[in-house]
Amino acid sequence: MTLIAVALIVAALVVYLVAVIVQLWKITNGLDEVIEHVGEIVQKSEPVEAIVTSINGQLDAGVDLLEGLLVKKAGLVDAVGLVEGLYPGSAAAGFRNFPESTTIRAPRIGTVYTKGTLTLARLGRESPIAAGNPAGPALRDVERGSLSARLLYPEGRQSRPERMPRSPIIGTDAPVLYQPSEQRGGTTPDAGEIQEKGPWSEVAAEGIVPAEEGGSDAPREMLAEDPQLGSEVLGETTGSMESDIDPAAGDRADATTDAGPEVPEGAEPDLKDAPHEADRP
Amino acid sequence: MTLWWIGNVALFAVFLVVVYLLHGVLGAARSIVPSVEQIAKTAEAGSKDLDAAELLVTTQNQVEQTIAVAANYGGSLDVIIDDAP
Repeated sequence: MTLIAVALIVAALVVYLVAVIVQLWKITNGLDEVIEHVGEIVQKSEPVEAIVTSINGQLDAGVDLLEGLLVKKAGLVDAVGLVEGLYPGSAAAGFRNFPESTTIRAPRIGTVYTKGTLTLARLGRESPIAAGNPAGPALRDVERGSLSARLLYPEGRQSRPERMPRSPIIGTDAPVLYQPSEQRGGTTPDAGEIQEKGPWSEVAAEGIVPAEEGGSDAPREMLAEDPQLGSEVLGETTGSMESDIDPAAGDRADATTDAGPEVPEGAEPDLKDAPHEADRP
Repeated sequence: MTLWWIGNVALFAVFLVVVYLLHGVLGAARSIVPSVEQIAKTAEAGSKDLDAAELLVTTQNQVEQTIAVAANYGGSLDVIIDDAP
């Protein structure tokens, strides 16, 4: 009886121990596999650090190069403004090699001007690349085309007010638009002119057939095939409302070359009034 | 005779304790095996992922060429554009 009990006990212990051994054997095999793959990982990742360090070094050199070039050519303030314009919010980080750039308030270069305008303006103003052909004229008028260059700077550095009152009739989006009918035969009288000339000056506007009722400035399909009164009789609008008049043309004008009468080529300058200029008050 | 029975009871009690402990060891060993297998699969997948690390050499060459081009471009700009005042 006792021997049987001992035998059963030993048998139970053997079963459990063998089961544990089998599980440990599986664990050992699994860990061998893990060690093999970890060895591969170590082997494959060994050169990564050197390569990534080299790449970072190259990229750092590139960043230093581009930052330095931008600051050298555009100036620190304009460079910060340009970067802020391209990547809003990046001005706060500043340039890596220029710690003082973090304290600069970025000018709104990118908001006002399109990308590359700064560089193009500099090229057009001072670089020989502005000339398409060294023997030919410059692509951009460096003497009179100052508007773009002036607008590169804040308004405080310009000599004119920020917003000048616009002409009431020039341009398709002018503050005051007149119908072409009202322009025929002269300008539309304003209140001062009516007061000066009398109420008869208003009558002219009342006698004109509006365009929507087939007036002379109605669309061609509404007019007769051969209208009796053409533009040569009615007068003709200058087209100031239909055409795109460049409002910046005045900024580019030069009094020394654009003003005065058309003088025939080779004519002597008219200087007969010149001696009397000193007599003017 | 009494001592013999006491011995048998004590032996049986020890047997029960040993069986209980061995059962716990076996359960722990069985729970480790799936974890080890999962670790092995993960390590294998990680090793395969690192096969792409060879491409870093190509990336390194490309970066070197790109920076060289940028340096040449910057050098040209340095010549044709005047410095900021």
